[in-house]
Amino acid sequence: MTTTAPDARTYEAVFDATVAADERIEPRDWMPDAYRASLVRQIAQHAHSEIIGMQPEANWITRAPSLRRKAILMAKVQDEAGHGLYLYSAAETLGTGRDELLDKLHSGRQKYSSIFNYPTLTWADVGAIGWLVDGAAITNQVPLCRCSYGPYARAMVRICKEESFHQRQGYELLLTLSRGTEAQHAMAQDAVDRWWWPSLMMFGPPDDESAHSAQSMAWKIKRHSNDELRQRFVDICVPQAESLGLALPDPGLRWNEERGHHDFGAIDWDEFHEVLRGNGPCNEERISRRRQAHEEGAWVREAAAAHARKHGGTPGEARA
Amino acid sequence: MTSADWPLWEVFVRSRRGLSHTHAGSLHAPDAAMALRNARDLYTRRSEGVSIWVVPSADITASSPDEKDPFFEPAADKPYRHPTFYDIPEGVRHL
Ligand SMILES: [Fe+2]
Ligand SMILES: [Fe+2]
Repeated sequence: MTTTAPDARTYEAVFDATVAADERIEPRDWMPDAYRASLVRQIAQHAHSEIIGMQPEANWITRAPSLRRKAILMAKVQDEAGHGLYLYSAAETLGTGRDELLDKLHSGRQKYSSIFNYPTLTWADVGAIGWLVDGAAITNQVPLCRCSYGPYARAMVRICKEESFHQRQGYELLLTLSRGTEAQHAMAQDAVDRWWWPSLMMFGPPDDESAHSAQSMAWKIKRHSNDELRQRFVDICVPQAESLGLALPDPGLRWNEERGHHDFGAIDWDEFHEVLRGNGPCNEERISRRRQAHEEGAWVREAAAAHARKHGGTPGEARA
Repeated sequence: MTSADWPLWEVFVRSRRGLSHTHAGSLHAPDAAMALRNARDLYTRRSEGVSIWVVPSADITASSPDEKDPFFEPAADKPYRHPTFYDIPEGVRHL
């Protein structure tokens, strides 16, 4: 537990040495209060993003163009629910339960990724989300597999394994549209035009404005800066877009021989902050849908509890 | 009992015959049957397991990391328990 015991200094030295040696911190280890708080904040925001992220895609399940696409999309959305649960479990090892976190999400006291406040207007958006949004998430998440906090790192390993199908199915979907009729190609291009810039914003504000970055890097929660990961993502996407036969909507995008990276245009950070402040196209809708789903699921939770009571109860109760 | 009071269960999955069950993660459920079903949906969506155990977390007794050194000390000064401790002349085979 985190207490200011008389030998807190020794504990802190052990913690520092563990992080420095690239070993993992585990739930029952002593850790600085700020490390715990920072992890809870990040893991909660991450978990919320997974379950809110189910909404824009679930929007298309009933209208998927084939049984194959429908089965794939259902599997993907179900995976995202699973990702949320892995992460809520990781947060719980830090002493913060899922109910408390859901409360904070529902009351707007905790955030989720601003990308999910954009609408899915056409079927091609399902492809653009898989390719770009899951792609950006993977770029962010792969380094988190080596995060200093054991349970978070282990959740990320599991999540990253599952994410690669998400990205590939999106890419395949877009490729099919891009090679389809003129109207289908135009629909795919329109989706990429709308999702490209918000995807770049997923890496967070530029390094010189990022509030939590430096400390998170020191604690080895984060391994790379926002701008570094964003650049990596752009470099990965450019040739992929070429193979798709689709353009990325940035006239400033070009290879910079000297840097060995692609230069790209300025991101509209005003838009990012507006969406973060709650003024995106779908902020209101996402949270009210989340609350509604939670309330409408109450009878399932009650029924499960009643069944457990009737048939021997929980092990804890049986012993009591 | 609201869902907030549902006990926490630790989930162990045997990935295939011949291997032991390994800790996969944890979840909340009102009873063992639901814990098993939830564990199947959460941890074996891609045939990652042929058998699942669920154990109430409260029933696990753990060594405390604070006691780490004294608790595991008895093993630390016994290198002769390892085969590499012994000098064997070169050329001696199957040993
Ligand atoms: Fe996910
Ligand atoms: Fe995903």
